[in-house]
Amino acid sequence: MAKADFEVPELQEHVDVPALEEGTMAHLKPFVVKNPDHNTDLGFPGELVEDWHDKTLEKLDDLRHRYRSLQVYLDACVKCGSCTDKCHYYLGTKDPKNMPVGRQDLLRKVYRRYFTFAGKFFPKLVGAEDLTRETLDDWYSYYHQCSQCRRCSVFCPYGIDTAEISMAAREILDSIGYGQKYCNEIIAKVHKVGNNLGLPGPAILDTVQGLEEDVFDETGVEVKYPLDVKGADILLVTPSADFFAEPHVDGLIGYGKVFHEAGVSWTLSTTASEAGNFGMFIGSYENMRRVSMRIRKAALELGVKRIVFGECGHAWRVAYAFLNTLAGPFDFLDPNYPVPQHICEFTDDLIKKGKLNFDKSQNDDMTITFHDSCNVARATRMGDKPGGQFEIPRNVIKSVCNNYVDMDHNTIGERTFCCGGGGGLLTDDLMEIRVKGALPRMTALQNAIDEHGVTHVAAICAICKSQFTKVMPYYGLDMDQIVSVHQLVSNAIVLTGQKTEGAGEAAEAAG
Amino acid sequence: MSTLYALLFIVATLVLVIGLALKIKQYAQTPAPLKIPTTPAPITEAGVVMRLFREVVFFESLFKSTKWTWIFSWMFHMALFAVLLRHLRYFIDDVWLPIELIQPFGKYAGFAMVAGLGGLFLRRIFVDRVRYISAPSDYLWLIILIVIGMSGLMMSFVAHTDIVMVKQFFTGVYTFSWGELPVNFPLIVHLLLVALLMILFPFSKLLHVPGIFFSPSRNQVDNPREKRHLAPWAKALEEQE
Ligand code: HEM
Ligand code: HEM
Ligand code: SF4
Ligand code: SF4
Repeated sequence: MAKADFEVPELQEHVDVPALEEGTMAHLKPFVVKNPDHNTDLGFPGELVEDWHDKTLEKLDDLRHRYRSLQVYLDACVKCGSCTDKCHYYLGTKDPKNMPVGRQDLLRKVYRRYFTFAGKFFPKLVGAEDLTRETLDDWYSYYHQCSQCRRCSVFCPYGIDTAEISMAAREILDSIGYGQKYCNEIIAKVHKVGNNLGLPGPAILDTVQGLEEDVFDETGVEVKYPLDVKGADILLVTPSADFFAEPHVDGLIGYGKVFHEAGVSWTLSTTASEAGNFGMFIGSYENMRRVSMRIRKAALELGVKRIVFGECGHAWRVAYAFLNTLAGPFDFLDPNYPVPQHICEFTDDLIKKGKLNFDKSQNDDMTITFHDSCNVARATRMGDKPGGQFEIPRNVIKSVCNNYVDMDHNTIGERTFCCGGGGGLLTDDLMEIRVKGALPRMTALQNAIDEHGVTHVAAICAICKSQFTKVMPYYGLDMDQIVSVHQLVSNAIVLTGQKTEGAGEAAEAAG
Repeated sequence: MSTLYALLFIVATLVLVIGLALKIKQYAQTPAPLKIPTTPAPITEAGVVMRLFREVVFFESLFKSTKWTWIFSWMFHMALFAVLLRHLRYFIDDVWLPIELIQPFGKYAGFAMVAGLGGLFLRRIFVDRVRYISAPSDYLWLIILIVIGMSGLMMSFVAHTDIVMVKQFFTGVYTFSWGELPVNFPLIVHLLLVALLMILFPFSKLLHVPGIFFSPSRNQVDNPREKRHLAPWAKALEEQE
């Protein structure tokens, strides 16, 4: 088990709703931006401004006039309590400020104090409070303990989405120079280099060439992993983790094999070598747009006809729900295909048309379950029917594996529990909340292991995969029990002209 | 006394109508720059209308979440609806048939309303999470509504009041020629709190009533790939370049 300097919750059969304990997570704060460039590159002041009090209120006022969600959500909450036991961070930490409404109230009490009649004249009556330096620190702490997973919004009678409040709060904090190091550093890197990891073009080229060799050695088929190829049909935009980390890279190998079998020409792009868009996490429309525009530019420069996104949850949200808004219109692309398309939609379509051959037994050493990533589940769709985001990845998995079971139905689909690391929390300085927040997911997984002999969990999100790799050992699980969906595809797919294992051995014996 | 109440209700009505209109205008005019329906979401306008219908009439999301809150809350709101329909007879001359038909139910709906409110009140006190998020105003709302309900029930079942006079008074207010209100303690309390409720409505959490219809996570069509969605300020941002 991994070592921790905090108490790791023990897995029980169920996650019981805990009695609240105030302040258990008040100590946890992610690192603040140190290098002022990481703020100024994003259009924010380099460090905490002196007139933060007025600037904070100004920004809050600005945002509530630009975002209907914020204005309505701040007003409409009736404190019914329906959301209180729905957040994995509350379940894992008992801290009432991690209840969705508790989190919202940190901002709401300031909104009420300065912008509502009741709060101006009867603050005590309606729980309105002055904005102080402590308020800011509380915001910084607890709005960085929200993975913007939207589970709360499913259960709120008005659909109040705490993610929207968290994004607004982070944007306010950024606007006064109190930004989070992890997110802002990464966005600065994307603006500069083109991906979150700061991988330069030559490094990517090196990786994809390596992949071509590996796949050739394994299958005897020349599967290409093209980079910056002008005139290709499809631009693949994928999270940069796919270029080097396990199990991500096995997914990338899988996409390439699927494209190869489909007989389409495709390419990656160095300048758009990142599907992720952390602009969403900090709630900044401007930064999210800037990051998105790279993809439009790359598509235009390369002259592609379609855009396909690789396995990444929040990236798929920005792609599916926002890209058309931020970087559209995409009238220069082929209108016969959705813009953009998810790689699972692409593969599923080929499977349904019977264009792919699989040897499912290649995955027989595993019993798989699927983790619905929050952003895919609750903020996007796949295919043309509501809920396609649940069916399509499962259909892909079931087409390539013989052994598949779902986890407890209360923890999948629209009710899925976050992996614990989404929303800009995937950083070591937040390990405590990441581990504690993973409790409900780990519990459901452990139950599936105990009851159904599950050996591996598949996911279609780079953040989920990285988070699982890190967090599973804290719960006594193995870090390689997390796999990419297209890794399973890659294992099972039989390429045209592929040397079969039996034939290979026979040839060796003859030689 | 009657004059005081007449003026009070004129003011209360103005505050309620104007306050609510301004709020609705604000909600309608504030753009929603991004498509954020909580998915799976309907992919057609008609689907969205159905979704909102289920939320408003059945409290679908609340039902998914917690059955106890749902039972109390739904009981309270449906009873409130029946009671308010029954009350229309004080304000319109030719009472429509449906309102006539619900009169007997409306009378007993008052009990359901108070019972539901009582359940919500207990929940607020005894569930630690709900207690934590409650401000004094959250308790007060429940108390106000309970007292309105109890005083109404008093009039219906214990200390009857002259409802013909009440009706004459209120229809008189329309033409600024009100008569006398019957002298009846429950009625005085009932009306005072009702006026208070009307005045506070646009400044309070009762804004959940318009709010539910304007919540982007519930009222948006899930079609971002098919149709480009662009807020005016976002468009201006694009044009700057
Ligand atoms: C479109 C009509 C309405 C809808 C859909 C609606 C829906 C809801 C829902 C879902 C809740 C949360 C559950 C709960 O805590 O009870 C709630 C709470 C509440 N509603 Fe409504 N409501 C409506 C109209 C009204 C009206 C007209 C009033 C008052 C005159 C009202 C007063 C309240 C109060 C006081 C609460 C808080 C109850 C508590 O303290 O737990 N609602 N409403
Ligand atoms: C100006 C507005 C109102 C007037 C003039 C009014 C008047 C009355 C009268 C005269 C009664 C007695 C009925 C009888 O003797 O049969 C009554 C009952 C009642 N009222 Fe009101 N009321 C008003 C608003 C409200 C509101 C807003 C509520 C709820 C929030 C409410 C809840 C009740 C209840 C629960 C009863 C008892 C059940 C029933 O008879 O329907 N009233 N009201
Ligand atoms: S969005 Fe997710 S992490 Fe944030 S408060 Fe809601 S349930 Fe918790
Ligand atoms: S479920 Fe919605 S209305 Fe109820 S307390 Fe939570 S945020 Fe407020």
